[in-house]
Amino acid sequence: MVHPVKNSSIENSLNLFHHMYRIRTVEEEISRRYSEGKMRCPVHLSTGQEAIPSTFALTITKDDFTVSTHRGHAHYLAKGGDLNAMIAEIYGKSTGCSKGKGGSMHLIDRNVNFMGTSAIVGNSIPVGVGLALSSKLKGTDQISCIFLGDGAIEEGVFYESVNFAVVRKLPVLFICENNLYSVYSNLSVRQPIGRSIAKMVEAMGIDMSFGNDNDILANQQLMKKAINNVRSGNGPHFLEFSTYRWREHCGHNFDNNIGYRSQDEFLEWQAKDPLMLLEKSLTKDGSDTTTKLSSIKEQIDSEVAAAFEFAETSPFPNQIEAYEGVYAAIEGVPK
Amino acid sequence: MSQMTYAEAINVALHEAMQLDSSVICYGLGVTDPKAVFGTTINLEKKFGPERVFDMPTSENAMTGVAIGAALNGIKSVMTHQRIDFFLLAMDQLVNGAAKWHYMFGSQNSVPITIRLIIGRGWGQGPTHSQNLQAWFSHIPGLKVVMPTTPEDAKGMLLSSIFDPNPVIFLEHRWLHSSIGEVPDGDIRVPLGKAKIVKSGKDITLVAMSYMSIEAIHAADYLEKQGISCEVIDLRTIKPLDWETLMESVSKTGHLLALDSGFSTGSVAGEIIARVSMEKFNALKLAPARLAMPDVPEPTSPALTKGFYVRAADVAEKVMDMLGKDTGQVRKDLTEPRPHDIPGKWFTGPF
Repeated sequence: MVHPVKNSSIENSLNLFHHMYRIRTVEEEISRRYSEGKMRCPVHLSTGQEAIPSTFALTITKDDFTVSTHRGHAHYLAKGGDLNAMIAEIYGKSTGCSKGKGGSMHLIDRNVNFMGTSAIVGNSIPVGVGLALSSKLKGTDQISCIFLGDGAIEEGVFYESVNFAVVRKLPVLFICENNLYSVYSNLSVRQPIGRSIAKMVEAMGIDMSFGNDNDILANQQLMKKAINNVRSGNGPHFLEFSTYRWREHCGHNFDNNIGYRSQDEFLEWQAKDPLMLLEKSLTKDGSDTTTKLSSIKEQIDSEVAAAFEFAETSPFPNQIEAYEGVYAAIEGVPK
Repeated sequence: MSQMTYAEAINVALHEAMQLDSSVICYGLGVTDPKAVFGTTINLEKKFGPERVFDMPTSENAMTGVAIGAALNGIKSVMTHQRIDFFLLAMDQLVNGAAKWHYMFGSQNSVPITIRLIIGRGWGQGPTHSQNLQAWFSHIPGLKVVMPTTPEDAKGMLLSSIFDPNPVIFLEHRWLHSSIGEVPDGDIRVPLGKAKIVKSGKDITLVAMSYMSIEAIHAADYLEKQGISCEVIDLRTIKPLDWETLMESVSKTGHLLALDSGFSTGSVAGEIIARVSMEKFNALKLAPARLAMPDVPEPTSPALTKGFYVRAADVAEKVMDMLGKDTGQVRKDLTEPRPHDIPGKWFTGPF
């Protein structure tokens, strides 16, 4: 499905394209270089899942809190996290966003209130709820956004967290990216066939909306509406988007050949690639837009190349730092 | 200075902390109910309001994560669980989250959370209401683990825990809640990581924690009458442990009996013996010894808990045995109180 792009929304579409292309380029560059063996930590790439974070990027404000998961590169970038610091972290360098202590699965950028990601499924969900509680206690209008996947829906802590957010009417936006797989396990062996996650969660007393990943402009409206609702003090909101990861659960390869999902399914989703579809619709708009697309690509390509250069040339942390930072120092008492 | 119970001292410390710092909040199941967690949270909601003091859903794991998230934005949570055993549901948030947050994000955030866990004993508390899991928690880098014994330390260490920038596991033995002591007024801070020499002595070092320190003191008093001078160390903090005080004492006495309220295998007492043996082998005149709970769950029936706990008599007997004295009289002098499954006949619950 290719959306006709109206003139008034060309700029918006170009912005969406910018974010999607940036995430795609970063993930694919990680993938391209991964076998060099210099990024010595597990990576969970978001190739194919760029649409949701990109609508998020255009709607969320810097002060709002965000937490995410092991597959968190896209969310970190969408929130405005520092690209150099992320790539350096994956390379285990001292300039990394967690100083080499966390790697790809532990990303943070306090400058944009991206508060952390977790390697444990569901682990960051209550942390996001706690951030929302803190804004309520402090009387600010910051909302807290929690990215999670379909696997996390099966964790008890998810229900505990939604329940508390509803009971206390906290400003939380749950954003569920349903990509059908928890590692190699299809949704059909984990949840009853025909269940709508969003409808099930709605029964807990939370507003919800559902969007298809490929329909990026429609999803952007859902994202805007949800964020506005939460910020207006209407309590938490649950967003579910269907989406699909192109590469293996963990690592840089395609893995359609190993037998847990079919090549046909993959191709079906690839044909719905929101990045490709948006580019297609934009190029139909005329040569001016095509020039703009080229310049976005050029700028991002060089930004990403520079980030890898930064990471490659950054120093490793000193070995002694492995033993530091276990405890936070009591104020006034040196470490 | 006022005289008060351990439970009152906890309550006073919570009032003091919340008064001092508006970012301190207090929540947990039963925190605002009429029994107020054995009286420890009484009047907090009335004084500081339902925004800062609240009951919570029965969701131990998520509510621990909520404390982490709130901490990342400067809120200091004091969470309370009426039994430590319920808190086992929260191990993911505690171990994978709170304990490591500071380290794994390159020291950019600290997670000041105090988790009050109450340890049950006797009156049929049974297998899942009586566990002493201090060794478990102290195994995890990034956690602090404290076990105050006296009302004064309960207040001073709770205040230190709340204002410590790290997650602190604050273990209260239910049998200590009614103990009475002098407690200084105001914002008193007993530093974490410092043991207390409760009784100086020269013949043997008895090291203990929480309720076991009380048994150690009873044993030491008895042994003194038998001509044995015990040095009793109340650890107060399990992690980080005050090795300096302990090593100094063992250097002086040359004998060590480590007491523990937890299961024997993998116990804090075991760690103490390992480290003292490695570092003070030459100072030891005798192999160090340990008295801890057997490696079995605590049974429920009063018939099964008779003689089950480590008591002053066990401690005294062990010490006399170690020092080559006749132990024949110990159990006649230090009989197990009857009934044995409550801290005293005056105790009528809640349990």
